[in-house]
Amino acid sequence: MTTMAIEVEGLTKQYENIAAVKSASFSVPRGTICGFVGPNGAGKTTTIRMILGLISPSAGTGTVLGHSISHPERYLASVGAMIEGPAFYPALTGAENLKVLATMGGIEIERVDQLIDLVGLSGRGGDKYKTYSLGMKQRLGIAAALLPNPELLILDEPTNGLDPEGIQEVRDLLKKLASEGTTVFVSSHLLSEIEIISQHIVMLRKGEVVFAGAIDELLLNQKPTIIVRTENESDLAKVAAIATAQGHHVTIRHGEAHIEGPHEWAAVLNKLAFEAGIVLSQLTPTLPNLEETFFEMTGGQS
Amino acid sequence: MIQVFFAEWRKLRRPTLLLGTFAAALFFNGLITAFIYLMIDSPDGNGDRGRSIGREVLNLASGSVNGFASIGGLLGIIALCVFAAQSAQEYTYGTLRNLLVRQPRRLVLLLGKYGAMKSFALILTVVNAAVSIAISVYLSDRAKVSTDLWFTSEGWSAIGHTLVNVYISIVFYAIIGIALGIFLRSPISAISIALVWILILENLIGAVKPVTLDWMPGNQFAVIAQGGTPEVSYSHALTLGSSYVLVALLVSSYLFTKRDVAN
Repeated sequence: MTTMAIEVEGLTKQYENIAAVKSASFSVPRGTICGFVGPNGAGKTTTIRMILGLISPSAGTGTVLGHSISHPERYLASVGAMIEGPAFYPALTGAENLKVLATMGGIEIERVDQLIDLVGLSGRGGDKYKTYSLGMKQRLGIAAALLPNPELLILDEPTNGLDPEGIQEVRDLLKKLASEGTTVFVSSHLLSEIEIISQHIVMLRKGEVVFAGAIDELLLNQKPTIIVRTENESDLAKVAAIATAQGHHVTIRHGEAHIEGPHEWAAVLNKLAFEAGIVLSQLTPTLPNLEETFFEMTGGQS
Repeated sequence: MIQVFFAEWRKLRRPTLLLGTFAAALFFNGLITAFIYLMIDSPDGNGDRGRSIGREVLNLASGSVNGFASIGGLLGIIALCVFAAQSAQEYTYGTLRNLLVRQPRRLVLLLGKYGAMKSFALILTVVNAAVSIAISVYLSDRAKVSTDLWFTSEGWSAIGHTLVNVYISIVFYAIIGIALGIFLRSPISAISIALVWILILENLIGAVKPVTLDWMPGNQFAVIAQGGTPEVSYSHALTLGSSYVLVALLVSSYLFTKRDVAN
């Protein structure tokens, strides 16, 4: 048995004039939670669709649970997926929607009620899907993905529309599944969520993989940052100039200067700003986090 | 494939769809069958397009299913609408991606859908035949139509033949509906294009140049249901209709199995 749940090499999807995914290569180890992040339009959903056999790649190869992605029928019985949000028949009840999929996949119907309870929809399974709130639809989508008791669970933005309690529940559920050996491949725009639950990460930007590997490895390579706010926002550029002159890399984002540098340099910066007549309203040394790293690697800037 | 069949029936059996479809079919069935008997002496005719169906025709062994054969085309159009919507909605709701994750063999999925459609069409045919024959029997006295030959062996044979013909017609219409749904991926577009073509364009073109009706798909399917007409023979309608359906099957199967599912 291969140690990788997903392995893709040079995966490409070319539409007429646009390359949605460009030669993406990454692997997802079995039994881990792997985050899949990237800005809107980066190619995350297209990649997931190629992995699930819904879209044929223009080039490249891949395997899922040891089987080629050109034969999805060999592995999809062991894969659960929620792609681009939940999609169900509005006129059917939540339970009946799950029963359609269970019947289709030859899965025991008894599992439907268990999963409805598991995702917190007890008492609402008999209601029509069209009456569900966004959070309830999301929960039903997660239940549908869990139907085959999957070895590999692929979730596209699973916490969309969930309240904080629901997000915590999903987080706990994914951790529990991973601890039981399920591989979870989860895309999310909530980078803090990904950072909390994932051991591995795949970062996409404009269809290209900019990083794939362990989160620890990614953060280890990032430099500590000092976040600076000035009393007068127009002084922010002056602070940036001072830091740049001292050989530090600066990005200005959300009315803050993010200056790469060790924590102890914050005192030096404070002194230099004081001497330049600039009043600092915030001077915060921070350890690198996923969001900072993501913005840096994907070139995101406000 | 049997799993797909039963999964499809979970969708088809929902009350709004099942009762709505059967209510519409039975309403038109009752209306047209009753019209034949209640308007039997009307100088404006009592059949399709002002044709007169007299007692001499209704007294025959095939008299019991005359009304049913007349509504075969209409039942087919209802089936077309239902299955065009069913297949196109998989794209608009985005549910096709869920189905394909659970059944990645696309041809198996499509064949299962066709299987469910055929069983739905069979129930639609049998129920409507029973209701139409019952109405015919009920109104025969009032219209002074003799039912002596209706339930002889020849009469039962006519009922059987008409059932088969109407069933073939409904299935052909429904296959065209599924094909349009897959091709256009929009229920409104699929249904409106089909209805405009069958109910308006075919009749307009046929009125201007009647010979074209010999080649129109909708007309062939309606003729199959009626077991042939003086203008178009049954064998011609069956051969040509089958050809149209075969093309629709091939194109829709190719699109369904090869096209990316991106919505």
